[in-house]
Amino acid sequence: MGILEVKDVNKNFGGLKALSDVNLSVRENSVHAIIGPNGAGKSTLLNCLVGKLIPDTGSVMFDGQSVLGRKPHEINQMGISRVFQTPEIFGDLTVFENVMIPCFASRDGAFRMHAYEHTRHETDIVSMAEQMLADVKMLEKRDIHAASLSRGDKRRLEMAMCLVQRPRLLLLDEPTAGMSRADTNNTIELLREIRDKRDITMAIIEHDMHVVFSLAERITVLAQGTPLVEDTPENIKGHPKVQEAYLGEAA
Amino acid sequence: MFGLDRKDLTLFLVVVALALFAPFLLNPFPSDSGLAQFNAGYPDLMQRFVIFGIFAIGFNILFGLTGYLSFGHAAFLGVGSYAGVWMMKLLTMNVIPAIIISVIFAGLLSALIGWISLRRSGIYFSILTLAFAQMCYALAYSVLTPITGGETGLQLNLDDPRIIGASQTAEGNIPVPHLFGLEMNQTWQLGMGGWEFTFSAGYYLAAVVMLVSFYLAIRLFRSPFGMMLRAVKSNQQRMNYTGLNSRPYTLAAFVISGMYAGLAGGLMVAMDPLAGAERMIWTASGEVVLMTILGGAGTLIGPVLGAGLIKYLENILSKINKGVLEQWFAVMPDGIDTFLVTIVYPFIGKGWHLTLGIIFMLVVIFLPGGLVEGAQRIGKLFRRTRKPAATDDPEHHPKPQPHVGE
Ligand SMILES: Nc1ncnc2c1ncn2[C@@H]1O[C@H](COP(=O)(O)OP(=O)(O)OP(=O)(O)O)[C@@H](O)[C@H]1O
Ligand SMILES: [Mg+2]
Repeated sequence: MGILEVKDVNKNFGGLKALSDVNLSVRENSVHAIIGPNGAGKSTLLNCLVGKLIPDTGSVMFDGQSVLGRKPHEINQMGISRVFQTPEIFGDLTVFENVMIPCFASRDGAFRMHAYEHTRHETDIVSMAEQMLADVKMLEKRDIHAASLSRGDKRRLEMAMCLVQRPRLLLLDEPTAGMSRADTNNTIELLREIRDKRDITMAIIEHDMHVVFSLAERITVLAQGTPLVEDTPENIKGHPKVQEAYLGEAA
Repeated sequence: MFGLDRKDLTLFLVVVALALFAPFLLNPFPSDSGLAQFNAGYPDLMQRFVIFGIFAIGFNILFGLTGYLSFGHAAFLGVGSYAGVWMMKLLTMNVIPAIIISVIFAGLLSALIGWISLRRSGIYFSILTLAFAQMCYALAYSVLTPITGGETGLQLNLDDPRIIGASQTAEGNIPVPHLFGLEMNQTWQLGMGGWEFTFSAGYYLAAVVMLVSFYLAIRLFRSPFGMMLRAVKSNQQRMNYTGLNSRPYTLAAFVISGMYAGLAGGLMVAMDPLAGAERMIWTASGEVVLMTILGGAGTLIGPVLGAGLIKYLENILSKINKGVLEQWFAVMPDGIDTFLVTIVYPFIGKGWHLTLGIIFMLVVIFLPGGLVEGAQRIGKLFRRTRKPAATDDPEHHPKPQPHVGE
């Protein structure tokens, strides 16, 4: 049994079959990559995991509990954090505040009336956020507005916001898109470090094969809403079906 | 000190000083000079400044932080007023219970209206709050006449069954609201040369309440809760996927700002114990929106400035009439004076709304951050003109002396 079990999930948009009979099992404390051409349904699958979409049929279990029918904040409180394909950050807030908010969410739950204490006097939260920003090498940018960051930095910030929550399952939707080569390598390094140091499961969607093969222990190939194969990186590389559906198209 | 940053503390102390010395500051002109009509330092108007300041501070907690634009906040002020008058009719003329009950009733009504309206956001939320406020107005005006006094409004009577204190004074008058014996309409005069200063008990009570409200608002702005409200405005989606439920946050902000409105309504009653349905009408809700935007939504001091400016224009401009204008321009040559009077006349007296409209337009177009942004820009201008002198030509100033006080 994996920590995440997706069974027979179907999702239609009007006549379009975005997901058909998707089955996926992600083993605890592993890195699982989901690859596939544009429009394959990768983001749709993640949307079904975090409560943004509800599948038409099928079940999604996280750690033995169903996530279906739960609100996004409840799913996050179960231990699932997500980095979106287009960065979702608090643009009007500073970088530091962006990282503090998830810390508060993890410590205080979905709502806390906390209107008298000065934010800066929450020393445990402040040091947690500072440490996280140092880990992603963004500490010197702490006081600038998140909206004015570069695209790569926005992604890095969003990743920091997810990591600081110490999620049990981290969902990453193209975490290195729009990053420079150097930033991509830094990100790979960071994710590796976290994978080795903490108990964390990652599901990562990525077009950059360098990232996929650097991190993933298992890979699922999705095409037109259906999983084609699931295997180790070594076997996926030479798999004819994959060549045809994915790499073949790209070449 | 007081758990505030240096910058916030400075701002707060400035506001304290302004509020305490308002009777002097707002009366800069000798009482027999021609400019005396621009003096705003009389109790009635000063009370309005601080009471509407409270209203706007509370509104800003909702609108400035979460971005939810309510068009129905006057309903909470109105409910607060009615509750306050009833407290005086039934219990005591002491203003404290009246103010407390005003806040409680406004809180309850805003919890109900907020709970329903916050299911939608953007324009739909605004329309819902507007609809609810207009319903409250219509109810107060008609069906609920036994409670609200309908068209005539709710007033104290000589036969009110007041539990603590008498129904009428020894002279057969309606008693005056008081704070443990200190009557709210009591004033002291101070004459200094040609100047006349009036200190009123009512004003100082309202000012102290305003200062406390302002202090609490600063604390809220700087708290984790305040940060969450700004997160609501910035990206609700991210907030939810971060494990935070935005609904209770917005509802709490809505109720808090409703309670501020109720507090303002209660203070109005403490100053002058009557309430009418017109306090709930939609233009009254619109006014607090204007105050907040004019001063600077989302800033600490902006709403207070906006409230002051609008109440000043409303009370001072509207009192200038054609006769006064003719007096002013009498020194001009014939023809030109009548011309000037004709030009200026539409903007004064009943036409003060026109002036307000133009000021509002100019602020929104040129200073989207309101009066506060204007002040910041002026401040920057000064700093920019000072800086080059300090930094240019390092050769000639190997060791620049720091400015005194920097
Ligand atoms: N909310 C929606 N409403 C209608 N159609 C949608 C919706 N979301 C996705 N789709 C469609 O579903 C299909 C799968 O989209 P999805 O975003 O999951 O692809 P993807 O694998 O993430 O692709 P990419 O690599 O480009 O991000 C696409 O054809 C897309 O147009
Ligand atoms: Mg996608």
